[in-house]
Amino acid sequence: MLLGKVVGNVVSTVKVPDHDGFKLLLVRPENLDGSLAEKSFIALDLVRAGVGDRVLLLREGSSVRDLVGQAASPVHAAVVGIVDEVER
Amino acid sequence: MYLAKVVGTVVATQKIDGLGGVKFMVVEPVGDDGKPAGPRAVAADAVQSGPGELVYVCTGREASMALDEKFVAVDLSIVGHVDDVMVLVPESPKGAKKGKK
Repeated sequence: MLLGKVVGNVVSTVKVPDHDGFKLLLVRPENLDGSLAEKSFIALDLVRAGVGDRVLLLREGSSVRDLVGQAASPVHAAVVGIVDEVER
Repeated sequence: MYLAKVVGTVVATQKIDGLGGVKFMVVEPVGDDGKPAGPRAVAADAVQSGPGELVYVCTGREASMALDEKFVAVDLSIVGHVDDVMVLVPESPKGAKKGKK
């Protein structure tokens, strides 16, 4: 699991049916020092997060598929929490 | 899953079982700024995309689940067309330039 920040929204109308009804967020994982990583990725939103939120990310296919509720859904990453605070 | 741009098509007649009828495209990862962000790769196309289109792709074993036949030999697939990307927090990953308003 990763900490990250939501940096954008992705709008897609034509997509695989398994993704219908889910919001897609562009997220950037956090490095160990708290800075944001260079590369962003797209995650399915499961907690109604928004742009600017610090979030908890899941980046492992089978766990995300479990959460989505479909056994064979082409998803690989999801936003699973909104982080209030991290003590380091 | 990440943003990518379709830059070409791949023609392959002899393929491993399970990949018959699957279209393959060359995709180039795209960063938040819309610029290329990594090496190109070949992706199976699940949404009938065409060259020049902005799409999002799914990586790993889940990639094959976008296709009609699941668990085939695919680790990257195009799963949706991207109409718009709204990056509302344009932040430099290397730290914002200080003193600039």
